[in-house]
Amino acid sequence: MLTIDVKKKLGDFSLDAKLEGASGVTALFGPSGSGKTSIIGMVAGLMKPDGGRITINDEVMFDNATGVNEPAHRRRIGYVFQDGRLFPHLSIAHNLDYGRWMSGANRDEAQINRVTALLDIAHLLRRRPGALSGGERQRVALGRALLMKPRLLLLDEPLASLDAARKREIMPYLVRLRDEIKLPMIYVSHDAHEVKQLANRVVIIEAGRVVTTGKADLI
Amino acid sequence: MFELSAEEWTAVALSLRVAAVSTAVALPFGIAIAWVLARKDFPGKALVNAIIYLPLVLPPVVTGYLLLLAFGRKGLFGEALASIGIVFSFRWTGAALACGVMAFPLLVGAIRISIEAVDRKFEDAAATLGANQAWTFLTVTLPLTLPGIIAGAVLAFARALGEFGATITFVSNIPGETQTISAAIYTLTQVPGGDLKALHLVVIAILISLVALVVSEWFGRRAGARVHGI
Repeated sequence: MLTIDVKKKLGDFSLDAKLEGASGVTALFGPSGSGKTSIIGMVAGLMKPDGGRITINDEVMFDNATGVNEPAHRRRIGYVFQDGRLFPHLSIAHNLDYGRWMSGANRDEAQINRVTALLDIAHLLRRRPGALSGGERQRVALGRALLMKPRLLLLDEPLASLDAARKREIMPYLVRLRDEIKLPMIYVSHDAHEVKQLANRVVIIEAGRVVTTGKADLI
Repeated sequence: MFELSAEEWTAVALSLRVAAVSTAVALPFGIAIAWVLARKDFPGKALVNAIIYLPLVLPPVVTGYLLLLAFGRKGLFGEALASIGIVFSFRWTGAALACGVMAFPLLVGAIRISIEAVDRKFEDAAATLGANQAWTFLTVTLPLTLPGIIAGAVLAFARALGEFGATITFVSNIPGETQTISAAIYTLTQVPGGDLKALHLVVIAILISLVALVVSEWFGRRAGARVHGI
């Protein structure tokens, strides 16, 4: 269970959003510049809100009143960026292993095999990010976020930088992820078609405010 | 004409040692300071910046004189350091210190530019994957900065090879101890008939500099390819 209540001033733009996430996929839907990415940036700890409170499963990530602000690296929240952001100097295998490496945990071969099979990336392990197509890169970015064993997965328009054919290529993997891995997800998108295909619930954001919340067929 | 005398070889070997040691010792400090200047804001940053770049604009003789005041036998820190066995004055270590100080602005400048060029989005990605600031620096920022570090190190090495003014002011011109290639060339040009011998050293200085540049270009290109994920 995720509760978000954040205020943030960004230049002329002011964001004041209150919403809740549940199990399954919650879509943050709205036009570009409506503040969707800023909201999940604050959930991940990459941006500090000016006020409000963020909790996951009753664990406080940020609370302006008590001054709590867990740093991003201790939140254990997976983040898939729009541009993938695979580390260019590391092989795909090392990119996938990065979260495990930082946590100091033992390698979990079964989990690695499961995730690489789920995303069809096992054949890419020895390559470098520069040698991958856009679609492959996003699948690896998904795998990298999953393998850090997050308690919540944030997806920031993961398909937006891909062409239509690549989008159709990735979508089935996202659906599989939703159905096979019981992990709450927040999916940021301005594409109604994607949201309808993937989300259980949708939160409509406009100009930094939550407009409506409801089932995915709302849009 | 390429028979070098023992004294000339000594000067060449000493120059290489002084340049290598000064670069190696300055490198970790240079990386740390470049990172702070690139990524942190603090009161007095402009002043710190100016002090680091000072050796670049001061007459080298002035820098050498200041080193003498600070690290000479009766200097500000010289006596205290001597009591724990660290002596700079009239030793090759002093030449290395002078070269390190003179090369430091070039080192910091090159590394700082390449740290500023590292996209912060990779550092954000590392944070979401559980890396704290120190690990992010070691596993992401530093490897992505590698071409700049190599360029900076070669620049510092070349600067150290060519250092003359600060070194000769601080530790004088003692054959076998502080007489580097530059100082040896200077000495040879002062004696009648020394010109030809000086020419030997001049050619060697050019060769060493060329090799350093070619090697750094090669390393830089390899590192650049890695950074671009190829």
